Amino acid sequence: MQLEQILQYVFSGLSTGAIYALIGIGFSIIFNATGIINFAQGEFVMLGGMLTLFFLELLKLPLWAAIPCAVAVSALAGLLFERLAIRPLRQPTPINLVIITIAGSILIRGLAMLLWGKDTHAIPPFSGDEPISIAGATILPQHIWILGITLLVIAVNKFFFYHTISGKAMRACSYNRRAAGLVGIDVRRMVLFSFVISSVLGSLAGIIVAPLTMTAYDVGVMLGLKGFCAAIIGGMSSGIATVVGGLILGVLESLGAGLISSGYKDAIAFIILLLILFIRPQGLFGKAESERV
Amino acid sequence: MKRELLKFVFFAALIFAAPLAFKDSYLMNVLVFVGINTMLAVALNLLLGYAGQISLGHAGFFGIGAYLSAILTATYGWNAWLAMPLAALAVGMLAGLIGFPILKLKGHYLAMATLGLGIIIYIVFNETIDLTGGPSGFSGIPNLTFGSLVFDNDIKNYYLVWTFALAVVLFSVNLAGSRVGRSLRAVHDSEVAARAMGVNARLLKVQVFALSAVISSLAGSLYAHTMTFISPASFGFNFSVELLTMVVIGGLGSVYGSFLGAALLTLLPELLRGAQDYDIIIYGGLLMIMVMFMPGGLARGIPDLFRRMTRIREGAGNA
Repeated sequence: MQLEQILQYVFSGLSTGAIYALIGIGFSIIFNATGIINFAQGEFVMLGGMLTLFFLELLKLPLWAAIPCAVAVSALAGLLFERLAIRPLRQPTPINLVIITIAGSILIRGLAMLLWGKDTHAIPPFSGDEPISIAGATILPQHIWILGITLLVIAVNKFFFYHTISGKAMRACSYNRRAAGLVGIDVRRMVLFSFVISSVLGSLAGIIVAPLTMTAYDVGVMLGLKGFCAAIIGGMSSGIATVVGGLILGVLESLGAGLISSGYKDAIAFIILLLILFIRPQGLFGKAESERV
Repeated sequence: MKRELLKFVFFAALIFAAPLAFKDSYLMNVLVFVGINTMLAVALNLLLGYAGQISLGHAGFFGIGAYLSAILTATYGWNAWLAMPLAALAVGMLAGLIGFPILKLKGHYLAMATLGLGIIIYIVFNETIDLTGGPSGFSGIPNLTFGSLVFDNDIKNYYLVWTFALAVVLFSVNLAGSRVGRSLRAVHDSEVAARAMGVNARLLKVQVFALSAVISSLAGSLYAHTMTFISPASFGFNFSVELLTMVVIGGLGSVYGSFLGAALLTLLPELLRGAQDYDIIIYGGLLMIMVMFMPGGLARGIPDLFRRMTRIREGAGNA
């Protein structure tokens, strides 16, 4: 096994890992604000890719205009999802929430299939596809875009949560919803916010990965699940731990696909998920919490 | 208990008389599926409705039952009546083994873990091509035989599958009414309180998980022997979600509700054949509406609706 080859797997693993991290942060933002695992998170990833394609091809917008439009529509979809499906739920037990978010994901997927059909589509890479060679391995410009945008989003995220009033209010909700409500924070609005932010993050992930992997109405399922794995490895934190979780997952998956078997690529992620859930449900970096009754 | 028995006899009579009303072979074929799905829904309901533990991986157990039956009979020439219980035993052992670590998890985490398990099983079906035929499927599975009777047409398969399904229904009704059933509901409502009352909650959860998997495996074997062809596509994540939908629509914690859910969700796509691409939307919409407006499912929703309507009519009469 050549060193260059391993380096190659690591590079491509890092860029898919960055995508998982973005999706995973979306999961943990909603989880921290509401205690909900949003099974529809992957559908927002799909919406990002498909909407960008829609604005590019049907409305003939240039890429720089199509992307914000796609993100905006996804954000609106996230908002509607919270208002129409999550908030009206009369018995928000964990099982009901799991079922309602699964129902939402099926519905969104079905609508996308009706609107855009079952074909897979390609989005052109943001800046050509001339490979760049680094230390014997090659990477595509899109890989750099992915890593760059992910880093930027994480920086913005950090700034939002620690240096703006809304961000601080959302963090307060995640520590203790009741106390946050008592000091005058509109908890319901923060919940709505968390859905909007995570649908924005999801759709961004979908947009930047689409030029590499193609997009279709049903790509959200797998990507969403991988994002969840990243969030679990990171212990459901919306910060650097999830990013590291995503990168670890991406690299392991890429090495596994290259060195063991590409058919079992997706299984690797789920075996890691199961192992983490069994051994350290609080995540690789989290502190063990005693069970509260 | 007497009333339960009467209810079951009535249900069984209805099921056994049904073919007399329908001569259409196509419909009979659909009703065979209703029977298989009833077994699966009742099994999942034992876990979800009674014990309150979600599983998004049941299609995997269904699939292992189907594939083990197929491989043992078609590839190795075993007798199907030997292959079926062996497959069920293997699935039960697997579920028991995985159950211990997996059922420590709760709610969303349990949902995700079982989902992951289901997907791993699905990937194995696809990748072990030498054994399962991979994505193109496994054909030439023999029909079940009983003496000189070969279960090779829809009407015979109907009675075969429904004999099993009715046995599962009777078993579940009895289990639900028994001491074990009460313990299960106690675990559902409060695991801590159940433990305090001396219920070994952890073991009980694993047992019901394994039991539910065993029934699913039996349903899988029946599916394989009646269809004579299986492919991984039938055992994926979507089917696990479909099973969950059946249980929720039928009503959590109601055995006959699971039958209603299975019947509705199996017949609906057939009724809506013109609208084939819409069925995914209908599933999603139906699931959403049920959870939001009829959390008790059809089993409690229909009587409630009926009561409300008669009350309104009475109110109108008094005015």
